[in-house]
Amino acid sequence: MPLLRQLAADDFRQRLAHGKLPIRVGPYIYNVQSNLPTVAAGVATLYRDFRIADPGEFVDYNVAIVHSGLLQPIRGKAKFLFDKKSPFDIIPSGQAYAFLEWGMNWCVSVHTNEYLKLHAAAVSRGDRAIIMPGTPGAGKSTLCAALGLSGWRILSDEHAMIRPNTTQIIPLCRPVSLKNESIEVIKSFSSDAIFGPLSNETHKGVVAHMKADLQADSHDTKPLQATAMVFPRYARDEAQKLSPRRRTDSFILAAYHSFNYSLLCEAGFEAMKTLIENIDCFDLVYHDLDWAVNAVNDLPDRQSGL
Amino acid sequence: MSFLLQQILLEPRLALKLNNDQLNQLLSQARSARLLASLAHQLQNEAVDSLLCTTVSRHLKSAILIHDKQQRDLAYDSEKIKLVLDSISERLVVLKGAAYMLAELPVGRGRLITDIDILVPQQSIDKVERAFKEFGWSSGYVNNYNERYYRKWSHEIPPLTNRKRGTMLDVHHNVLPPTASPNVNASLFFDRLIEVKPGIFTLSWQDMVIHSATHLFHEGEFQHGLRDLWDLDRMLRDFPGRDPQFWQGLVSRARELELQVSLFHGLTYAQQLFGTPLPEGIVKDTGNWLTSLRKPVMDFLFLRAFRPDHPQCKLPYTDLALRMLYVRSHLLRMPLYLLLPHLARKAWMKLFEDDGHSRESPKNKEL
Repeated sequence: MPLLRQLAADDFRQRLAHGKLPIRVGPYIYNVQSNLPTVAAGVATLYRDFRIADPGEFVDYNVAIVHSGLLQPIRGKAKFLFDKKSPFDIIPSGQAYAFLEWGMNWCVSVHTNEYLKLHAAAVSRGDRAIIMPGTPGAGKSTLCAALGLSGWRILSDEHAMIRPNTTQIIPLCRPVSLKNESIEVIKSFSSDAIFGPLSNETHKGVVAHMKADLQADSHDTKPLQATAMVFPRYARDEAQKLSPRRRTDSFILAAYHSFNYSLLCEAGFEAMKTLIENIDCFDLVYHDLDWAVNAVNDLPDRQSGL
Repeated sequence: MSFLLQQILLEPRLALKLNNDQLNQLLSQARSARLLASLAHQLQNEAVDSLLCTTVSRHLKSAILIHDKQQRDLAYDSEKIKLVLDSISERLVVLKGAAYMLAELPVGRGRLITDIDILVPQQSIDKVERAFKEFGWSSGYVNNYNERYYRKWSHEIPPLTNRKRGTMLDVHHNVLPPTASPNVNASLFFDRLIEVKPGIFTLSWQDMVIHSATHLFHEGEFQHGLRDLWDLDRMLRDFPGRDPQFWQGLVSRARELELQVSLFHGLTYAQQLFGTPLPEGIVKDTGNWLTSLRKPVMDFLFLRAFRPDHPQCKLPYTDLALRMLYVRSHLLRMPLYLLLPHLARKAWMKLFEDDGHSRESPKNKEL
């Protein structure tokens, strides 16, 4: 299994153009195809340290961003394909890279249910692993990126996948999606951040993805024990604070932030119960990233009660 | 001529001989055809799923979980829909996927639905629509032309969505548009309803088959063609055991409803693709000299349409066949003097009045 960066430039482009680039992401294999130069550039930058699956391994998701027909390149349009079919509308080529990443998220959001999936970022360091659920705009991705640039291992920016009836998080490390001001915030937070192509005028504004596999063990597939759940909320005008949060409230909020809590039915309830009963929950209100990173670094050890 | 999905649906054990590339193709074809959960059930029935690698079987389990969730939601939604209809003393008659699932038929196992289809008497349609709107359902944005189209030329009203739950409901007053050439007397369906749960009715087994075939062979888009044909196969294997008179009455019932040509196609292609066991002579009874004459053309068209929308399944001229079927469906739907202005208007709207609906939008689907 070579790493993507070990492929010769020509070989990489050929494989990508012909849909022969099976990339290993956590427990899954995505076969990625694209004939768009920006997408090739983005994949080459952000997935360079990812493993290429061996030929003959089972591919979980076939995804593609392609111009199709003669007119689409001229009109500046492209489409996302899943299983060779387009589940979404045609998009402007300038948003192609962001759509590839969203499409890859969508595969997991819609098509996998062997884990309880929370809409959350997850990071780990030493024997700690933290789940950070959040509504769009709550600042979970920004905080996740900042923690990643401060020595934490990014487990996911989008899906915290919990093995039912355990507290185990399944790592699913892919680039972190940053929007609008967050891009500059992270650039000024650390000069180490590596970005893919900028996608302008998407429905979420300007979007850029940050390379997320920054640790030596970023691509380990071994599950990690979650120790805490932190609900981040970016608020410019409020006092910054990290405060314990009641388990019952956390249960409801985490269920709300789950992709498949209700789909899993009783198994979902049991899985969430096991998770919440065995970790600590916190609210984190912040506007200064350095402060927030320190607050997470200094999270108190596991306590009982609440 | 056969393709992977078709082979494995019929002979699940063959899945054990597939390599990973083929398994990827199989799952991908099944997803495209909306048959992944049905495939999962077939594999489960023969205990093949547990012999597959977990990287593969997790996708099958996931599809079954999605189906199970739909089944639970349907049980809830159907009770809510029943309450609305109760308030105006109308019966709840469910059609297609929702009917298969609520009746807990084998054809409903692993069946995925996107909306709930119901049938109400034509004279009650306005009353029914008002009642649903009072109970929190709305029809969303439909432009003026489409609205008029629905009201005048369609056999259903614009789809309703439950504002709280997002459930989509298609309310039909017939199985074909009033402009279609077979003039179906929908009131005949109401004479033979089956109560599958307290206060929840479906068409009779025979009518269910006839309706499924009619829907399939009047449809212009075939993304779900194979799935619908699989439905027919499952029903035709199951219903004779529920009703010993099933086969005897089927053809005469189809004649009574003027839908024997659709039934002919349904029986023919179910047998051709899935080897559905049929009593001798039944295909001949439903067909006539015209259907035999047209058979080679129909084969050319439908054998292409019934393949999953997947590059590996494509035969030469598939695009042409699909386009011809699209035109055919419109010709069946209304006479030319109505059709030509309609298509011109649709083309105009597509070019200049992009109303932003996604391709999956049910509003665009039917028209």
